[in-house]
Amino acid sequence: MRRLLFIIPVLLFAGLAAAFAIGLTLDPSAVPSNRIDKPVPAFDLPALPGYDAGLADTDLGGDVTLVNVFASWCVPCLAEHPLLVKLSRSGKVRLMGMNYKDKPEDALAWLRRHGNPYERIGADTQGRAGIDFGISGVPETFVIDSDGRIAYQHIGPLTPEVIEDEILPLVAELGP
Amino acid sequence: MSAWPRPTRTILVALMLAMATVAVPTLTPSPALAVEPGEMLDDPALEKRARALGKQLRCLVCQNQSIDDSDADLARDLRMIVRERLVAGDSDAEIRAFMVERYGDWVLMKPPVKPKTYVLWFGPAAILLIAGAGVAVFLRRQRRAGAGVGGGPASTPLNDEERARLKRLLDDEESS
Repeated sequence: MRRLLFIIPVLLFAGLAAAFAIGLTLDPSAVPSNRIDKPVPAFDLPALPGYDAGLADTDLGGDVTLVNVFASWCVPCLAEHPLLVKLSRSGKVRLMGMNYKDKPEDALAWLRRHGNPYERIGADTQGRAGIDFGISGVPETFVIDSDGRIAYQHIGPLTPEVIEDEILPLVAELGP
Repeated sequence: MSAWPRPTRTILVALMLAMATVAVPTLTPSPALAVEPGEMLDDPALEKRARALGKQLRCLVCQNQSIDDSDADLARDLRMIVRERLVAGDSDAEIRAFMVERYGDWVLMKPPVKPKTYVLWFGPAAILLIAGAGVAVFLRRQRRAGAGVGGGPASTPLNDEERARLKRLLDDEESS
């Protein structure tokens, strides 16, 4: 009986050690949106000047869609941009853009310079739509399924690995 | 209190020192706020609520700070949203729920008490109780075994043979 009592602290320690070991592999600074697995929040963003189409929640759903939140002042957005251009050219998935807290003229110049991979772009000049999505910075990319639910969120710039190993398989899985 | 056994007194002093160490930073007012005069509402009652709520909401970018303390852009946006919703007539609970809807429980500085956080809230007290019980059981067992710790009674008096042996041993020690 006494031996059992001695084992309890060891077991407690083992439990804590396991929990902390798992914790070390997690990223504490990434705050995921609470909207994952929930319907896209209602939003209606105007178009950038010169474009006729803005972006609203009604544009999402139907086909599996990526929503990429970007800004011209955001350096990691520039880093991931060629991947988005390549992705949109491949035609594997619909790509929408949310221009977050940007000056429309700056955004236009940036897109002209680096290419525009987006089917539609919503100008979220106040950043409220982004907050409704639960973003905590730019860039972030959301995968929206055909029912208009947020299936997946990637925080930070996209990488070829993330696109190949996480996003495209998910798109194929959710697809028609 | 000076009549209490020494281990108890030592533990009490240690506890009080620990509490003092924790109390000083907890009770001192926080450093300069990031709230700008231009953000503040005209209605002082609403502004007071806004500041109270601001202290309860975590900045998602600088996660150790509340949105009132953080200089991040997102913190300013969230502060403005809090004020907008206060002017619109939302209650404090509704505004907190608004934030949690988008960012999850982590956006609240104080984690809510729900099944997922029972371990967080009650764990330390529970471990303290278990440890206390363990100590009590240990002490009770020691006393029962007649070790005479802290002035407990000895189990049985020595018989003649043991007394003689004891005398011999003590005499041996004295002479050597």
